[in-house]
Amino acid sequence: MKLRVLVRLRPGIMDVQGAAVQRALVGLGFGDLRELRVGKVVEVDVDAPNAAAARARVDEMCRKLLANPVLEDYTIETIEAPVAAPQAVR
Amino acid sequence: MKFGVVVFPGTWSDCDFHHVVSEVLHQPVKYVWHREHDLGDVDCVILPGGFSYGDYLRAGAVAGRSPVVEAIREFAAKGGLVLGSCNGFQILCEAGLLPGALLRNECLQYRCQSTHLVVDNVETPFTRGLRPGQVLTMPISHGEGKYHTDAETLAQLRARHQIVFRYATAAGQVTRAANPNGSLENIAGVVNESGTVLGLMPHPERAAEAVVGGTDGLLLFQSLLGSLVEDGTFLKR
Repeated sequence: MKLRVLVRLRPGIMDVQGAAVQRALVGLGFGDLRELRVGKVVEVDVDAPNAAAARARVDEMCRKLLANPVLEDYTIETIEAPVAAPQAVR
Repeated sequence: MKFGVVVFPGTWSDCDFHHVVSEVLHQPVKYVWHREHDLGDVDCVILPGGFSYGDYLRAGAVAGRSPVVEAIREFAAKGGLVLGSCNGFQILCEAGLLPGALLRNECLQYRCQSTHLVVDNVETPFTRGLRPGQVLTMPISHGEGKYHTDAETLAQLRARHQIVFRYATAAGQVTRAANPNGSLENIAGVVNESGTVLGLMPHPERAAEAVVGGTDGLLLFQSLLGSLVEDGTFLKR
């Protein structure tokens, strides 16, 4: 089962990378750009019996390694739900 | 006093630390590979600087979950002394052995320069030979050294005197201009609650011999060895 984790710096934490990218875009003529923040995308494929179990597993991965709770928030999205197992033919 | 110097793939200051401990301090020292589950018979573990695991994900993130860090967690829980410099500080924060985290430098530059540090806490095994307000000169070399923590943790750090070093001017003034990376309150180094785990961004091992331009880093090691407690006059200048 494939899931996507989006890791973002928490609101209020200065994103110097985002600010540099923003300045570059303003320089390219995007004067209408109000704010830009850079985050990370992590795509994972896990063996799990169902979507809830997969999500719980990925949530554990986020808490243990993928996100730093001091700095970052994360959200988990399902990319591809598992195909239901074929029913036994009577 | 026996030292262990931890080596991860991508560590770069391991040989410098090993050299200072063995050739300058004349103390026994060994390397500890990151896959080790047992630290063996050591009194102090050093986590050197570098780019462990290529800084992938976040600086220190992967190293902070490696087998040797679990051994260090047990060692620290029993009161063992742990010193993390640069990437070692990042690893200690990622492992939760020290509060806070280190972010990309506010200036966006990798900063490799000499810095002045004012000593805030002399009640730790690493600083007991120093005096409060003493100014040390040590180099930094990092791209992600901006210390950050939430307001509540910062208040605790202050209340428990866990802030050990702050970036300052040569006269010991803590100013914005003296802050090389945008660290919260100019924080350069912190200890855990019991004062036995120290993390700092500067490199004491690169300021431990006159031939490299300074010996202030050696004062941390000498404090550790207790030599300055026995002959305190050397430092109370």
